[in-house]
Amino acid sequence: MSFIEIKNLTKKYGEQTAVDGFSLTVEEGQIFAIVGPDGAGKTSLFRSLCGLLEFTEGEAFIAGYNITLEFDKVKNLLGYMPQDFSLYSDLTVEENLSFYAGLFGLKHNEFEQKKNRLYEFSGLGPFAARRAAMLSGGMKQKLALSCNLIHDPRVLVLDEPTTGVDPLSRRQFWEILKTLRDDGAAIIVATPYMDEVELSDKAIFVHKGRELSQGTPRELASLYKGKVYSIDIFPSREVMVRVNAIAGVTGRRFGAALHVYTTADMNRDELLTNLEKAGIDGTAVSEIPAELEDVFIQLMGEE
Amino acid sequence: MDRAVVTEKLTRRFGNFTAVDKIDLAVEYGEIFGFLGANGAGKTTAIRMLCGLLLPSEGTGRVNGFDINSQYEKIKLSIGYMSQKFSLYADLTGRQNLEFYGTIYRLPRRELKDRIEELKESLSLSEFIDRQTGPLPVGWRQRVALAAAVIHRPRIVFLDEPTGGVDPVFRRRFWELLYQLADAGTTLFVTTHYMDEAEFCRRISIMHRGRIIEMGPPLDIVNKYGEKDLQETFIKLIREKERDAQNQVSGS
Repeated sequence: MSFIEIKNLTKKYGEQTAVDGFSLTVEEGQIFAIVGPDGAGKTSLFRSLCGLLEFTEGEAFIAGYNITLEFDKVKNLLGYMPQDFSLYSDLTVEENLSFYAGLFGLKHNEFEQKKNRLYEFSGLGPFAARRAAMLSGGMKQKLALSCNLIHDPRVLVLDEPTTGVDPLSRRQFWEILKTLRDDGAAIIVATPYMDEVELSDKAIFVHKGRELSQGTPRELASLYKGKVYSIDIFPSREVMVRVNAIAGVTGRRFGAALHVYTTADMNRDELLTNLEKAGIDGTAVSEIPAELEDVFIQLMGEE
Repeated sequence: MDRAVVTEKLTRRFGNFTAVDKIDLAVEYGEIFGFLGANGAGKTTAIRMLCGLLLPSEGTGRVNGFDINSQYEKIKLSIGYMSQKFSLYADLTGRQNLEFYGTIYRLPRRELKDRIEELKESLSLSEFIDRQTGPLPVGWRQRVALAAAVIHRPRIVFLDEPTGGVDPVFRRRFWELLYQLADAGTTLFVTTHYMDEAEFCRRISIMHRGRIIEMGPPLDIVNKYGEKDLQETFIKLIREKERDAQNQVSGS
C-alpha cells in the first residue's frame, strides 16, 4: 500500500498557480526526493500535505486517510521540518528535545527512553548540555530532525534540511534518514544536492509548479538526450569561445578540464571533426555519463 | 613574488576557544582558491580576519600587500566581499544598489556610471538591473551581489558560500562568471559546501577545528587518499580527524 498518495494536487494563489497538478506516491520504507529551484512549488506542496494550507484541487492520502477530511487521524503520523525550523537557541539540546516531548504529551520515562535512542543515532549525546545557539550548522539540523522524531512519525516531510551544511554533516544526516527508512518511515525530502537524489529511492524534478519528470535516480539519469565528453585540454577563454562556436556543442569548464555536451544527432566522429576544424586538439576525448544535474538542466531548458 | 593573500601562523581566540589555529596560506593573484571545511571549522573567522573585519590574536598576514594587523582600513577598500548573508538593499533596484556601493568605494560619478554599464553586460544583468532586488529569484540577486562586490575592480574577491540555496542552472552560470573574473586576473577566494564547485578551483584548503589539514590542487588531494571524488575525500578526511580528536579526549 502506498503510504503517501498525492493525486493531481493543485494550489493556486489568486491567478498564480504555485503547484500545478502534482501526483506522486511514496511507499513505507522509501525516501522520495523533490528537486526544483525557488518558486517550483515545493514549499506549497509540503504545507498542503501537512494540513497547513488548503489546496485548490486534487486529493492527498496518508496511510489511507484523506488529509482534507480526516486530518486528525493523520496529524500524529506526521513530522514536518520546514526550511526555517527554529530551535530555542537559549535552551540546551536536551531542553529543546524535552520541550517537543511536552508538546506531544510524552511521559517522563517515555522521554528518557526516546531521548537516548535519538542521541544514539544523531550523535548529539555528548552535546546534551550545549545551548542550541552554540551548535554548528550540521548539528542544529540533526537536533531539528530529532525534535521532529520525538513522537515517532511514520511520515517525514523535510524541506531542504541540508542546505548550507558541510558534506560530512550531510552524510551523517542521510545516514539517520536511511535508518528511519529501514524502520519503515516514508520520507519526502527537498534537496538542492544531486548526490542526495542518488541516495533516494525515487525523485521528482519540478519547475514553476510543474512536474518535469519523476522516477528512480537511474531512470532519471537515463533521460539525458545527447552525449557528454571530457576533453583533456585546459579550458582557456579562447578554447571556450571556439568550442561554443560549434553548432550543436556546448562547452563547460570543469576545473582544469573541459566538458562538452553534444546534441543527440551528433556522433563522436562528427564531434572530433568539428573540434579539429575549430583547432582544438581532440586526441584525449572520452565519453562520460551524463549526471542527474545535466538531466535536470536539460529538462528545465525544454520548458 | 607579490601574492594576493599570505598568512603566517594566523590565529584567533575567543576566550579559551581557538577558532583559527596558526594557519599558513599563500594565494597567487589570478587564482581561484577554494577554502573548505566543516561547519564550525573556523572558515568565517579566518575570512573576517583576511577582510580586515577582525584582528588576529596572533600571527601575521598580508592581503593585497597590506598588513592585516595594522592596515585593515586599506584592506577593506581594496577587496571585494560577497556572502550569502550579506544582502543587498531589498527595496532598492539593482542599479541603485550598485550606485550605493560605488559611492562607498568613492568611485567618481562618471566612472561609476560606465562601470555599471560594463557590469550589466559582463554579468548579464540587463533583464533585471532596474527591478527591486527583494522579489528577484535568489540566483539573480546573487549576480547583482557579485556585481556590487566587484564594482571597484578589486584584485581579490572573497566569496563566502555564494551559491548556497541556488538552483543548478544558476550555479553553473555563476561559475562561468567567476571564471571570467579569474581570466581577467581577479583572485577569487571561495568557500562552498558543494564539492563539485570545489573541484573547479585551482587549489583548495580543507580546514578542521581551526587548522588547515590539507592544501593543494583538488585532484592531487583526491588521488592522495584514493577516493573517487572530492566529496568522498572530504568525508573520509574529516571523519578520521574527528575520530582522532575524540580518542585524544577519551585517552587523556
